[in-house]
Amino acid sequence: MSRIEGVLQTLKGQGRKALIPFITAGDPHPDVTVSLMHTMVNAGVDIIELGVPFSDPMADGPVIQLACERALKHGTSLRRVLAMVKEFRATDNATPVVLMGYLNPIEAMGYEVFADAAADAGLDGVLTVDLPPEEADDVAPLFAARGLDPIFLIAPTTTDERIRAIADHSSGYVYYVSFNGVTGAARINVEEVAKKVTHIHELTALPVGVGFGIRDAETAAAVGRVSDGVIVGSVLVDTIARNQTDIEKLKRELTDLLNPMREALDSLAS
Amino acid sequence: MSVKLTEEMLTALPDARGHFGAFGGRFVSETLMDSLVTLEREYLRLKKDPEFQATFDKDLADYVGRPSPLYFAERLTRETGGAQIWLKREDLNHTGAHKINNTIGQALLASFLGKKRIIAETGAGQHGVATATVCARLGLECHVFMGAEDVQRQSLNVYRMKLLGAQVHAVTSGSRTLKDAMNDAMRDWVTYVDETFYIIGTVAGPHPYPLLVRDFQSVIGRETRRQALEKAGKLPDALVACVGGGSNAIGMFYPFLTDESVQLYGVEAGGLGIETGQHAAPLCAGRPGVLHGNRTYLMEDDNGQIASTHSISAGLDYPGVGPEHSWLKDIGRANYVSVTDDEALEAFRMLTLVEGIMPALETAHAVAYAVKLAATMEKDQMVVINISGRGDKDIHTVAQLDGIEL
Ligand SMILES: Cc1ncc(COP(=O)(O)O)c(C=O)c1O
Repeated sequence: MSRIEGVLQTLKGQGRKALIPFITAGDPHPDVTVSLMHTMVNAGVDIIELGVPFSDPMADGPVIQLACERALKHGTSLRRVLAMVKEFRATDNATPVVLMGYLNPIEAMGYEVFADAAADAGLDGVLTVDLPPEEADDVAPLFAARGLDPIFLIAPTTTDERIRAIADHSSGYVYYVSFNGVTGAARINVEEVAKKVTHIHELTALPVGVGFGIRDAETAAAVGRVSDGVIVGSVLVDTIARNQTDIEKLKRELTDLLNPMREALDSLAS
Repeated sequence: MSVKLTEEMLTALPDARGHFGAFGGRFVSETLMDSLVTLEREYLRLKKDPEFQATFDKDLADYVGRPSPLYFAERLTRETGGAQIWLKREDLNHTGAHKINNTIGQALLASFLGKKRIIAETGAGQHGVATATVCARLGLECHVFMGAEDVQRQSLNVYRMKLLGAQVHAVTSGSRTLKDAMNDAMRDWVTYVDETFYIIGTVAGPHPYPLLVRDFQSVIGRETRRQALEKAGKLPDALVACVGGGSNAIGMFYPFLTDESVQLYGVEAGGLGIETGQHAAPLCAGRPGVLHGNRTYLMEDDNGQIASTHSISAGLDYPGVGPEHSWLKDIGRANYVSVTDDEALEAFRMLTLVEGIMPALETAHAVAYAVKLAATMEKDQMVVINISGRGDKDIHTVAQLDGIEL
């Protein structure tokens, strides 16, 4: 069983929901990413999605675009991100880490070189925004052989036929994008999300994480009611943007954001 | 390696997943997949629909003004002292470039799909103008995304688009040029996917765009083939076209791919020189990667970050290229070369002075290479340059280089 499956199964057994933060690796600086990861674990998160900065983040809104620019300015390459994962793993053997990003940096590194380095670093999952399952034939066996969970997106526009195909190609969890749009937009409609997530649960046994538009304890709880986990991104990245120089203050603010979400999610536990 | 292409090989490409050999495909976020699958299905149906094709042909004739002439550039030929140089006059199309062939076709597709909101990216502004034009004609809402730097360089076209009723969105992210305009167009598309049709301006993007844009632009090559046989009694020996995303080039090349005797030359933007790294020539100096929905040759650094590009011509200032060109390069069917900013400027002035035809700076790249090529060929040979657009939009840029305030 993969680390991701293990964590999600344990939570399920406790009737709890996964809190999954997203931050861009290397933002505000590559030297602080690992300690921010530990801070978030202390604030009660279950899985960490670590963004790999890309020069052309087509699916992201301005907040994460700027985070990519900051990270790239400090030379945050995919290799360096994997080194961060390895460093994190040295002191935290329990929290799964998923890389989320775009295909080209992986392609430039080479699929097999990447898969080897990812496994060596103790990475758990890979979510590549612009790699649909149709194009994943080359990477899938490489990931499977090393126990890396491929995580794919499902969108409001995804047909039932595609949901089944996506689930077939995924392990760990599937990521439901709560609305049509880029990260950081305020377009979430909780009722519609609930309907679609319930439907996805009918089509696959995989846990469903929901991301995009979750900004506070209230939206986290509303979405957590129907999903197996919530992914929180832009609001954290925005907090990083506002506290680039005072890292201690940044850690306090991240903690202050995540704590109420944790509590709100746990208050759903039956 | 050079492969003899046959009709069967060509009709098999792109394959069902939109691949041209190792290139192409559909690398987009999940939100767009259903829309692309629908577009592919509807396009493949309409491609065979006589009513759709008849409407397209009629619009090309009566609205665009096709066929565009194939003109023998006698004086340029004499000055060059080599092969006969002929010009395929896409600059005479309505709106002044080849871009309208494609926007007519895609706007027609949008109408058949019942989409009323159109978005487009633009570099030089020619595709933006051509999109705004068809939207005005069909009463469609039009949003054009344009890099903030290009908004500066091509202010005339920006105003033209506004006069045509389009909203122009200046894109300030990244390098503020064409690739960033395409990023923002894709962000808009993902947000308003249900009501929006994205009219991509070149043979790049996710499947089926490289296919359908190539089909719409192939009218250039089909006409050239017929006109060459009529006027010169033979097929050309060489075709030369500039390559930004590659739509005017593929439109010219495609109907000649199985004619082995016809040499194909795609001319990329060499900028300040390939050796300086300040250029926009992915086929000459890049390597395969994935950007904007397809796998193709790209300009990128060792870490897979897209490199910034430089060209004097906004329409060529793009780090990628259509996947079919990547395939043609790898199988050796087409040759990809580059000319510098300075060479292009010189060709811009030469064609203007010698033939009274002012080409777009994009097109001037093709002219510069063709003149060099023709000089090495026999007098009874024939070179056709695709004059993809006229140069009015670039007068400001050239005047500035001459130190003149207009
Ligand atoms: C006149 C002209 N030629 C060529 C191009 C380059 O595009 P493509 O390579 O798709 O033909 C442009 C793009 O703006 C253009 O305006």
